[in-house]
Amino acid sequence: MSTAAVLQAKNITKTYGRVVALDGADLELFPGEVLAVIGDNGAGKSTLIKCLSGAETPDTGSVEIDGQTVALKRPQDGREAGIETVYQTLAVSPALDISSNLYLGREIRKKGPAGLIFRMLDTSGMKKQAKEHIAALGIGTIQNMSQAVETLSGGQRQAVAVARAATFGQRLIIMDEPTAALGVRESNQVLKLIESLRERGMPVILISHNMPQVFEVADRIHVMRLGKRAAVVTPKTHDMKDAVAIMTGAVKVDAKDQTLKPVR
Amino acid sequence: MSKVETQDAAAEFMGRATNAQKIQALLHRYPWLSSALVLLIAIITFSFFNENFLTPGNLSLILQQVAIVGAIAAGQTLIILTAGIDLSCGAIAIFVSMVMAKTFSGDWTDPNDGLPVFWSFVLGLLVGTLAGAFNGYLVTRFKLPPFIVTLGTLNVFIAFTLIYASGRTVSTNELPDFFLVLGNYIDIGEFSITYGVLVMLLIYIVLAFALRFTGWGRHVYAVGDDPVAARLAGIEVNRVIMSVYMVAGLVFGLAAWIIMGRVTVASPNTGPDLNLDTITAVVIGGTSLFGGRGAIFGSLIGAVIVGVFRNGLTLAGVDLYYQILAVGLLIIFAVTVDQWIRKARA
Repeated sequence: MSTAAVLQAKNITKTYGRVVALDGADLELFPGEVLAVIGDNGAGKSTLIKCLSGAETPDTGSVEIDGQTVALKRPQDGREAGIETVYQTLAVSPALDISSNLYLGREIRKKGPAGLIFRMLDTSGMKKQAKEHIAALGIGTIQNMSQAVETLSGGQRQAVAVARAATFGQRLIIMDEPTAALGVRESNQVLKLIESLRERGMPVILISHNMPQVFEVADRIHVMRLGKRAAVVTPKTHDMKDAVAIMTGAVKVDAKDQTLKPVR
Repeated sequence: MSKVETQDAAAEFMGRATNAQKIQALLHRYPWLSSALVLLIAIITFSFFNENFLTPGNLSLILQQVAIVGAIAAGQTLIILTAGIDLSCGAIAIFVSMVMAKTFSGDWTDPNDGLPVFWSFVLGLLVGTLAGAFNGYLVTRFKLPPFIVTLGTLNVFIAFTLIYASGRTVSTNELPDFFLVLGNYIDIGEFSITYGVLVMLLIYIVLAFALRFTGWGRHVYAVGDDPVAARLAGIEVNRVIMSVYMVAGLVFGLAAWIIMGRVTVASPNTGPDLNLDTITAVVIGGTSLFGGRGAIFGSLIGAVIVGVFRNGLTLAGVDLYYQILAVGLLIIFAVTVDQWIRKARA
């Protein structure tokens, strides 16, 4: 790749007490690509993306966006840097309605004195836009934006979280297991959404356990193992069996020619 | 998750909600509705037992009686919405009333060395806000449970009050008119309410506006609902909680003003039951102790329900002990309804 990376994480370490979650992990994301991050349980996938979104602060290492080092100390920092994240837990507020959730933490105020002096929110405006954003994702089952999120099904909730990221992502979008709670049809919708984000030139980091989905949608596959990047492969050069072998440590990837060498 | 999905599937399969589910969903949406219904039934019932109950004079009296608890309950509601609780709210209000009264009246020996009334008032409100900030600081900074923090500060503020007052009450003729003005009456038609009631209503209107129409209000609900999700959504959770405790402290300070108007003195021994009575009002008003759910006007209804029960039972000739029993049963009823509502899925 000759182009500069949109996002570059170097030598990230993160420990929780004695547990080493990340042990010098690197990650590069290039413009307009879908990068899948796979790995066994406890390999450090979720911790790594939390360090990229600002949900966690790494102990050491640096994160660069467009070549500029950024300090991601809080989730707001990630947002301000243009990174939107769909967390595994979805990070939606169940008692609030859909449009409140979509605009949570970046509410739009009314224009004029009502907004400036009385800090009034433009509730109807946000509802209207929320409806457009949700409709743009092709999620027809959600109609009423004043519906509390807790009254939605698991898939619809996930759709709200995905819609929020897709709507506000400026530089890149991170999705942690975005299809985990979804049925086949809804999963396909999310995969289509990821492809349409790529067409728009929006790079996506996709964390997933679902190998067929990963191989269907990803341009490159970043394999985590024991808190480090074990390899980066592509669906063209390697198959699912290879990826699993790297993930579990059965083989190593030769740094020069990308061939697999068994580990003795 | 699987249980939830099963319920969803069942609901979808049935194709329609049962009547109980519809009521549940309605209460879920408007948590104050059940308390409003209880209030209505109580008023109708008590009006049968005593013809004097439904007179403007008696209803005005009830409002005057609930003004103090109602005002403090407004601040308490904010805190409970963030899944916190404030056991020290009444103690803060009493402390502020002592600060206002004593900084004005000055040293007991010389009547002319106190602050001007305006500055005593401002200082009192500041002390209330700082007391709230102290609670908020302990909750956010040291991650202590609000129940324990305010159990501690309850004793701290009571002690401050007693030490500062040195066991003495500031009497009516030592207090300026401004501190007593909320006890004055204003006639609205046949109703005769105190200015204290109006200040209480004003507190509710302002807070209800902030909760309903501002981003801060939504953040308060989001933080109480799920603090982890709120943080990931970019909300400064600690800042919101801190602001809530400070605003509540300010409200408790304003309640001190209402207290002086009603009891016409500033005494360290006023209203020992205020702390828990406000929680009663909030809970009966349909706000969930688990946070994130409820409406502030529900707490006003809750306070009025307690007032109506006490007043109505007194007029019906029911012994005070049974009134306490009735309030206890009401609380249990309210919490049971809350638990039931929380299971609702429209």
